[in-house]
Amino acid sequence: MKMEITMRLLLALFIMGFAAPAWATLEIDISKGHLDPMPIAIPDFVGASDPEREIGVQIAELVRANLERSGLFRPLDTASFIEQQTNINVQPRFADWRVIRADALLSGRLVMESENRMRIEFRLWDVLAETQLVGLQLATTPENWRRIGNKISDVIYQKLTGETGYFDTRIVFIAESGPKTDRVKRLAIMDQDGANPTFLTSGKYTVLTPRFSPTAQQITYMSYASRTPSVFLFNIETGRQEVLGDFPGMTFAPRFSPDGTKVIMSLVQGGNSDIWVMDLRTRQRQRLTSSPAIDTSPSYSPDGSRIVFNSDRGGTPQLYIMNADGSGTHRISFGKGRYSAPVWSPRGDLIAFTKSLNSKFHIGVMRPEGDVERILTTAYLDEGPTWSPNGRVLMFTREPRPGAGPHIWSIDLTGTNLRQMPTTGDASDPAWSPLIE
Amino acid sequence: MKSALVSLTSLLFISACASTPPAEPQPTPPAPAPTRQTPPPSTGALTPLPPVPGSVDEFNRTAGDRVLFAYNSASLTFDARAILSRQAAWLNRNGNTRILIDGNCDERGTREYNLALGARRASAARNYLVNLGVAPSRISTISYGKERPIDGRSNESAWSRNRNAHTGIVSGAVS
Repeated sequence: MKMEITMRLLLALFIMGFAAPAWATLEIDISKGHLDPMPIAIPDFVGASDPEREIGVQIAELVRANLERSGLFRPLDTASFIEQQTNINVQPRFADWRVIRADALLSGRLVMESENRMRIEFRLWDVLAETQLVGLQLATTPENWRRIGNKISDVIYQKLTGETGYFDTRIVFIAESGPKTDRVKRLAIMDQDGANPTFLTSGKYTVLTPRFSPTAQQITYMSYASRTPSVFLFNIETGRQEVLGDFPGMTFAPRFSPDGTKVIMSLVQGGNSDIWVMDLRTRQRQRLTSSPAIDTSPSYSPDGSRIVFNSDRGGTPQLYIMNADGSGTHRISFGKGRYSAPVWSPRGDLIAFTKSLNSKFHIGVMRPEGDVERILTTAYLDEGPTWSPNGRVLMFTREPRPGAGPHIWSIDLTGTNLRQMPTTGDASDPAWSPLIE
Repeated sequence: MKSALVSLTSLLFISACASTPPAEPQPTPPAPAPTRQTPPPSTGALTPLPPVPGSVDEFNRTAGDRVLFAYNSASLTFDARAILSRQAAWLNRNGNTRILIDGNCDERGTREYNLALGARRASAARNYLVNLGVAPSRISTISYGKERPIDGRSNESAWSRNRNAHTGIVSGAVS
């Protein structure tokens, strides 16, 4: 019976293109929307006291919401549960969970060990095979319950899909307010589910295009706070901001290298944008392109050996790939329309991009070879995709129709599961963090 | 004396125009008893004074402070060249002024590409002024990409206005 879950998930993953070879990705569009999310039962975590039960309810709700939002799971209505577990250290009555058609069951318990320390225990059961898949515990401070819920969600996701999760992550973005002609833009950060939104800058100066370092402790972004608009570094722990490098012109479009030792960006000289890279330790900089065309939006491959970027050297904005030293440049986008804002998938097998065609904007993906292009979204203005750390979800900025303010949306790599992120106001330029250590 | 009176009245006229409050409906007062009155002597039509020479106002009104571009283009149009020629003439007459040219784009492009395109537009305007004799040291440029639209609407007319290079006098003008 365990095989049944495994087979179902293997099938799901195959449909979603994960177990499949890249050449089979065309099949994804055919199958999209036919995926059957896995039914999972997640009762409120049990506890011996009211405070314990209170946090237990919150954690269970968080895990249910995370898994539901992934599109791969269907958390069952808690009102339908027959067995009311009080002790998670005994086997559940599997028949009770089979009756409500749960394939998997998560049982959790919360124990306050002291005022500032709680222990969380949880077991994941395969209802059909009547076996335990996971049994783990961890301890932390009570305020940390959201991260616990996100970590538990990642464990379930990984166990049941075979893929690393993306729930214990954060999103850095631009919070927008005010009229279009006098827009206030602030650097902001939130959990991947929109919780804990926090402003990082005051809004006095326009800030754009934030991106996480691989350690998630630093952000690089562009700001108008300096006399010449420049790429900045922001240390999340200390709050310290600094201009990156003393470049002879405007710098913008920054991104970290996959190992976090370099920042790649565009520099404007004489009105022309070229791509440069700066070593964060030696502060040495190297010019990578020297065309009279616009060269911008560089993004490294996950192994750091290649760079995809945006250039209009062929007359219109298109995507190009070069080696990390600037050699071997070749164009990869040949479809109709204008391509920009490419981002290499953390898995390495795909490049996400923004495409404009016939007065609409789209988020799409293609292989680094430039083939097997798939368009995932369409709106008045969709732009700036960012990958979840496991490479299966994309977030992007959407203005659904002319004059409507931007918000952050997400979509599965399959082109299904389109959702708007909950933000208190207008929001743009999302960037997904790696999994938090 | 008469001209002083005219400028005084035109000044009053201008200041009145500058802050015209919306007309509020007033209760109609009872009609006064009809009396015979002779009309006041005619003053002639009020006409605006030319702007003060060397002022930002003069620059904006006689040269024009903004040139427009076609979609995804940084090429100077015939109209743009005419405006920039007048800007250069004014700047050459007022040699102590310094300018900042900001390049702007409409919203139909991605953010980073538009930052690059705005830089290209500002540079196109700058180079034209330099070719007409304006010292490069007097000119700074900046790109706002699509971040500073002057028209917040999302239609053709707004987009065409938002694709521009704007010349701002930052110092040296008569105030």
